Amino acid sequence: MSVGIEHFLTVGALLFCLGLAIALSKRNAIGVLMGVELMLNAVNLTLITFSRFAVSERPITGQAFAVFIITVAAAEAAVALALAVSVYRNRETVDVDQLNLLRS
Amino acid sequence: MNSLDVVGPQLAVLVAAGLVLLLDSLVPQQRRLLPVVALLGLIVSALWTTSWVGRGDYQFLFDGTLALDKYSVFFYYVFAGITATVVLASIDWVNREGRGQGEYYALVLTVCSGLMFLAASRDLITIFLALELSSIPQYILAGWGKDSKSSEAGLKYLLLGAIASSLLLYGMALIYGITGTTLLPEIAAAIKADGETYRGLLIVATILLIAGFGFKMAVVPFQMWVPDVYQGAPTPVAAFLSVGSKAAAFAVVIRIFFEGLDADFLSDDWSMIFAVLAAASMTLGNVMAIVQTDIKRMLGYSSVAQAGNFMIGLAAISVAGNEFTLGASAILLFVAAYAFTNLGAFVGVIAISQRIGSDQIKDYAGMWKRSPVLALAVAFCLISLTGIPPTVGFWAKLYIFNAGIRADLVWLVLIGVLNSVVAGYYYLSVARQMFMGDAEEDKKFRASPSITMALGAATIGVIVFGIIPMPLMSAAQDAAEIFAR
Repeated sequence: MSVGIEHFLTVGALLFCLGLAIALSKRNAIGVLMGVELMLNAVNLTLITFSRFAVSERPITGQAFAVFIITVAAAEAAVALALAVSVYRNRETVDVDQLNLLRS
Repeated sequence: MNSLDVVGPQLAVLVAAGLVLLLDSLVPQQRRLLPVVALLGLIVSALWTTSWVGRGDYQFLFDGTLALDKYSVFFYYVFAGITATVVLASIDWVNREGRGQGEYYALVLTVCSGLMFLAASRDLITIFLALELSSIPQYILAGWGKDSKSSEAGLKYLLLGAIASSLLLYGMALIYGITGTTLLPEIAAAIKADGETYRGLLIVATILLIAGFGFKMAVVPFQMWVPDVYQGAPTPVAAFLSVGSKAAAFAVVIRIFFEGLDADFLSDDWSMIFAVLAAASMTLGNVMAIVQTDIKRMLGYSSVAQAGNFMIGLAAISVAGNEFTLGASAILLFVAAYAFTNLGAFVGVIAISQRIGSDQIKDYAGMWKRSPVLALAVAFCLISLTGIPPTVGFWAKLYIFNAGIRADLVWLVLIGVLNSVVAGYYYLSVARQMFMGDAEEDKKFRASPSITMALGAATIGVIVFGIIPMPLMSAAQDAAEIFAR
């Protein structure tokens, strides 16, 4: 049995769902962020798969997209960690359930 | 060189951001010049846009990934205006906060350039980059305040925003897989050629796209961040979020769905999704807004309801195949009207809370006696949000309901009209508090000059375009023409 496009896409979809489940269920802000990273990497895998297997005039587009996603994800993670530190300084927790100052 | 000329409006804003940072670190004793430089950058950007309108030489650049057309030009003006108002409204708050003044204005300008790129882009990669260029600085701005509420708002906004952009990206990856391209016109051609075999997958991709952008537009069920972030973030930033990122999200959604996903077998499906989301947003937003006691949370839920109003236009476009541009021009008119109105309301809130030190609606009682001009301006903005003449909000609502009726969405328009009544209740009860209520103290006060300028510009826009709406309407119709089939 050879490994084809459907195997890669299935792994990508599974990783994405796992990441989403982690992001929605984790209570620690850093944990949510790790879930998001997993989702983004699943997207990268899917893009690379499509650019490798799909018939396209410019297969490089998918790979370029993936490179951009990696870069932006790094920037986002930097800001996220800075905000998490700032919240931790104020509240001594990054548990999203305890971030409940904002209520009517 | 020519390409640089075409992206001039964005470049002017970005150069101003760089200059603000330089000025802040090189000449720290001249900090009060920072907002002036920021405003100058925005004025240069608007003039540059005007020069392109004069030249009339609309074109695509960077292999068609960016478009300079009537549509993007309309949004360049809207975003330059919004950002200028936000800069004016921020001056007092930033001076009081003291730290990082240069960085604050630089981030605001960066957001503005991101929003402009977003309105102009017609390629999935460019759209993603422009979206993040406008989002990441907004996360930082939301967490800018010193108190723990602000950093909590920033972190919440970022985590939910990151989840939303991941969903968006997966939808984009699926569309890339189906069509083999990221350019919107090529996507449209590929889908029309043999997209019908992948209909199920396309619908999944469409839902993922709507989820991603729905977060930015703040529609139900992606609205849970809105009241928290509006309450926690600094008020000028909340004003920026409520108009800037919402307008940009609608700008790019119109482009994606009308230029890329406009195949007939697909457009019926997504217009139905938009109709349902519109009804849900209007109803939930208005019902939740009634019970709020904090004016910023109330404006947050009201902006969810307003996003529902915008969406009537999105739903109307596709159903009315013969009048393709009516829904789009209705949204554009609504974007411009909403920008004036909501900014006016938020700037009024900034002015009042600066003086009375509270965001509670009950503390607004008797504002008429303490500061008549301020109370009158805020009242006009609230009337415009409700959609009562003679304000620009009335024309926007009329136009968008008309688009809905022409598209046979009578049930949706009925829900919209009923919701306007509910909205009238809570908007006008704030106005009633200000005019009829008794103030606990009756010390008179006035807003600072910069805030008066911002509030004056917004309120004059609300009233002038409420009396003579034709210029704004024809501008919106012109801009929407690029979607004519």
